[in-house]
Amino acid sequence: MKKALLALAVTSVLAACSSTPTEETSAPVAQKTAAPAAVAPAQPMVKEPVTVSLYPAKGVGGALGQRTIHYAFDKYTVTDEYMPVVDAHGDFLLSHGAAKVTLQGNCDERGSREYNLGLGQRRADSVRKILIAKGVKDSQIETVSFGKEKPVNPGHNAAAWAENRRTDIVYQGE
Amino acid sequence: MKNNLLIFIAFLLALIQVPVHADMTLEIVTQGAQLTPVAILPFAGDGTGPHQLSAVIAADLKRSGLFDPLNTQGVSPAPADVEGVNWDAWQAQHANFVVVGNVQEEPATHHVKLNFRLVELPNRMAHLSLSFDGPADQYRMVAHHAADAILENITGYKGMFSSRIAYITQHGPARSLKVADSDGFNEQSMLHTNEPILSPKWSPDGQRMAYVTFELGRPMVVVQTLASGVRHVVARYKGSNSAPAWTPDGRHLAVVLTKDGHSQIYLVSLNGSEAPERLISSGGIDTEPYFSPDGRTLYFTSDRDGGPQIYRIALSDLRGSPERLTYGSSYAVSPRLSPDGKQLAYIQRDGGAFHVMLMDLATKQTQPMTDSSLDESPTFAPNGKYLLYSTQDGGRGVLAIVSTDGRIRQKLSTQTGDVYEPVWGPLQ
Repeated sequence: MKKALLALAVTSVLAACSSTPTEETSAPVAQKTAAPAAVAPAQPMVKEPVTVSLYPAKGVGGALGQRTIHYAFDKYTVTDEYMPVVDAHGDFLLSHGAAKVTLQGNCDERGSREYNLGLGQRRADSVRKILIAKGVKDSQIETVSFGKEKPVNPGHNAAAWAENRRTDIVYQGE
Repeated sequence: MKNNLLIFIAFLLALIQVPVHADMTLEIVTQGAQLTPVAILPFAGDGTGPHQLSAVIAADLKRSGLFDPLNTQGVSPAPADVEGVNWDAWQAQHANFVVVGNVQEEPATHHVKLNFRLVELPNRMAHLSLSFDGPADQYRMVAHHAADAILENITGYKGMFSSRIAYITQHGPARSLKVADSDGFNEQSMLHTNEPILSPKWSPDGQRMAYVTFELGRPMVVVQTLASGVRHVVARYKGSNSAPAWTPDGRHLAVVLTKDGHSQIYLVSLNGSEAPERLISSGGIDTEPYFSPDGRTLYFTSDRDGGPQIYRIALSDLRGSPERLTYGSSYAVSPRLSPDGKQLAYIQRDGGAFHVMLMDLATKQTQPMTDSSLDESPTFAPNGKYLLYSTQDGGRGVLAIVSTDGRIRQKLSTQTGDVYEPVWGPLQ
């Protein structure tokens, strides 16, 4: 700007007696444009196959038939309401040593994706800790957070958000 | 060039509320009253229609929210230089500036060259006399460079048009990581997958992108070179790997790992040759690392005091106690530093809404930048004068831009589906 102002001061005198625009004293500056690199798409990665393990039939009644633990906003504590569900799956894992679960933590759509990824991990970990405390082997449990990326209800309201704040208990190979 | 999927709807907030009198009248001032009229004349030798460099420049300047490009379509023949300009006509239309010039195609090198002058009215004084040159298939970028030079000369702002943005689009489960020019043209896909993609981050040189992909089931951090499509795994440790942040020298990434328990921030080298170095420790979730532009300070989100808040710590004193920056809400996330390091953009929860906030780091004064309800992922333009972020409109994820003075607003949306996680790249 400073340079332009200086040019302005100098040239305005000339401009007063000229009908065509005056020029800056410096010659035109040639500037190269760096061409942005064209974008090549990445090759997809291939998931490793999962070996089938034991799992309770989806239709079973009672707490073992439930696979989802829900939470309040920005909370990751398993409430009393869901303890029977965690207990039932803990008992199943204890009596079926070959069975393996993945605990999938999930969040509602509000807030940052990365913070929700951390929160979902804490939700999955909260269930894992209870299972470990019951004596379930570490090797039987994996945890993963999907953050807010895999809602079960795509709605944008309180009911949808409540459904989406959850840990899903998924048996491997199921 | 054809697939300009992003439709730019600019609605300029130039509403001025006059003092309220007895009968509560509200006067709406049109945007023209605040905008600088500028005549970008058709260039001699230029293409036609969407291939007109002058039209690209005019669209850039209009999008800045600072200029009112006058209709110059009727100018014929296009003057090659100042001698052919009908000055009286543009002065009569109150143009403050006229841009005039010519375009030369160089068939041997497949290049185009734009020579132009920026002339101020009414005194007809030349401000700029510049040439830009680039490959013919990148003609829009040639125009963006010219628009940046014009913007900087008139306003003193650094440029921003000759930059690219990245973002994620989603239709059902199908996600794409995309790169486009800052005006939404030239959209290209870097990755297509049915699994989540998160947190794209440009390398400081704009040649590579770090991001989080769930393609193998669990989140991992990869770096992809844009030109080749080649990907390198930067972090795939046990548990979750996410939230990449480049060091300003482009040699390392801060990432969030759960390999030792809960989400904590580590430093990893690009080739994975060194073991991850834990930067800070807490009993809670530490995430969203972001380095200050001088590389001396680490900003991050942590729930160490209960709900998530934004903290910073000097990299020279990582054993010290981080300084908490946000107090206005029970939920503050996604810290991003302005290019000059003086301002902090972040997301704050107010009641049920999540807004983009801006903090002056010298005074710690904060101000909400938006009145939408589900904002995410603020990212500064390379000149620090605009914030790009994602929000929701009619239940769909869209991108929006607000100037850091809050005066100018734009909304960008895809024709279908959601778009989110925008990140503004460096100048080309």
